[in-house]
Amino acid sequence: MTTVLSELPLMLTDPLMQRALLAALLVGVSAPVVGTYLVQRKLSLLGDGIGHVALTGVALGWLVGAATGVVPDDALAIPGAVVAAVLGAVAIEVVRERGRTSGDLALALLFYGGIAGGVLLIGLGGGSSGSLMQYLFGSISTVTPADLALTVVLSVVILLVGLGLRAALFSVSHDEEFARASGLPVRTLNVAVAVVAALTVTVSMRVVGLLLVSALMIVPVAVAQLVTRSFRRTMLVASVVGVAVCVLGLSFTYWNNVSPGAAIVVLAIATYLVVAVLRPLWVRRRPRVARDPHPDIPDDLELDLVPSGANRTTGGDSCSA
Amino acid sequence: MSDAPELVAARDVHVTLGGSEILRGIDLSVRAGEVVSLLGANGSGKSTLVRALVGIVPLSRGSVDLFGTPLGPRLPWQRLGYVPQRVSAPSGMPSTAAEVVASGLLGGGRLRLPRGWRARTTEALDLVGLADRADDSIAELSGGQQQRVLIARALVRRPDLLVLDEPVAGVDKPSQEAFAATMTRLVDDGLTVLVVLHELGALAPLVERAVVLRHGRVVHDGAPPRASSTHAGATHQHLHPHEPADGDNPGPETGLADTLNPDLTAGHAPRTAS
Repeated sequence: MTTVLSELPLMLTDPLMQRALLAALLVGVSAPVVGTYLVQRKLSLLGDGIGHVALTGVALGWLVGAATGVVPDDALAIPGAVVAAVLGAVAIEVVRERGRTSGDLALALLFYGGIAGGVLLIGLGGGSSGSLMQYLFGSISTVTPADLALTVVLSVVILLVGLGLRAALFSVSHDEEFARASGLPVRTLNVAVAVVAALTVTVSMRVVGLLLVSALMIVPVAVAQLVTRSFRRTMLVASVVGVAVCVLGLSFTYWNNVSPGAAIVVLAIATYLVVAVLRPLWVRRRPRVARDPHPDIPDDLELDLVPSGANRTTGGDSCSA
Repeated sequence: MSDAPELVAARDVHVTLGGSEILRGIDLSVRAGEVVSLLGANGSGKSTLVRALVGIVPLSRGSVDLFGTPLGPRLPWQRLGYVPQRVSAPSGMPSTAAEVVASGLLGGGRLRLPRGWRARTTEALDLVGLADRADDSIAELSGGQQQRVLIARALVRRPDLLVLDEPVAGVDKPSQEAFAATMTRLVDDGLTVLVVLHELGALAPLVERAVVLRHGRVVHDGAPPRASSTHAGATHQHLHPHEPADGDNPGPETGLADTLNPDLTAGHAPRTAS
């Protein structure tokens, strides 16, 4: 009789699954680290914008590969995605800094331009939009040793920047003007966040797919925020949640023929719902002090206020005499 | 006083934001050991001036030197502490008071927290009377306490020059008093202060020089002016724009007028004699 337990060794010894699990593990750790900064800067949808642009990069890589006769014809898809994602992320950052176009409008332009460009280019490259499906929704079964090597390298870069520069990135994300006035290289740090976000998108592309990449960056952070009160702990809890949902969601697809990206994201959102419902149980309940929410600020109004109640008992000339 | 080194030297500062000229040729000098307040009505350009002085807002003309060095990467940024106007909407991300204060240790070539950051953070929070709230999320603090956290963030780097933008606006009374006490102690230790105020208030005893802005120009630089005659005294508190006193120069462009009456006709002499 086959049970999950008896099949577990089978799954863990399958080289394909080993590569997939390792990729999922790396993505699960690094995506929420970057996501924490994005949520802090109120750029939760940046990952989506980058993901859409990366799709154009995939198609462009495909087109170039087909034109130059590289075999297999998607060998340049991932490098193409990396280049397009980095360029797109830096472009968003420039637009944001200039403040000419509002951030959400810039993101919207990227969304539509990225998808349309991708579908258009893949057609020109001789593929069908069906060829893009594995990039849109993830295809962990196609993780080759070369893909894995790239994932490891990029994840290390993401974690080095995201954790090593945590204090500085916290400062620019928390209060950009103060960071400028304290002499931090604000523009460089902003571009670093954008580039690292772009790398995260391309790393996660194989595991969850471009359409769901952003969920992996944002949802674990949303879960963590429910139960934490410090930035450091939010990042830590988010990474733990990220690893858990990636590994569990991917294992689920070993036995069920479903898209890994969908399984992982549904699991992450289910976690959010469960934590949100159970939250009152383990968040320390603050003693409710009956306090006046109005701050005690002096004003210069001189009012002839008689304490309420006093005017009735003591009488006086305030009433019609 | 006049041989003390010039910590702030702004010459002919022009700032244009969104197509309108906010500052129109400001000259300002602050020497070591001085406590200078920047006064003026809402919209007179006080906030923009300090934001230009610390490098947040770009100059369209003129120059700013701090500590004898032009604004830029070579500036000894660690000697400068800046307290912005409090943003009332807290960021969505949980962060503790200690984490916010610790970010004040960075800058000026430092991208990572130094050793012993925890002790210095606690020390700075202690200066503003919040050492026991170090590990509380800033969202749980009152508005006045959040403002004190921002002051601690500027003080944690042990600056020589502290620039504050409306540090007591909308702050509750206990926090205002705690702030005045902290400032008195730091000024006694030799801190140089440039502070934007709507009114002198509790800081009146400390401020020895006032610069008044109107319509983006300096209209007074000298002894602190008294509030206009509709108000009782220099320590009188008010938090809203008033009608200008008769014959006072009203602000036709903004509709807002300050209530300060610098002696424009009688020169900038201290008014103690009168």
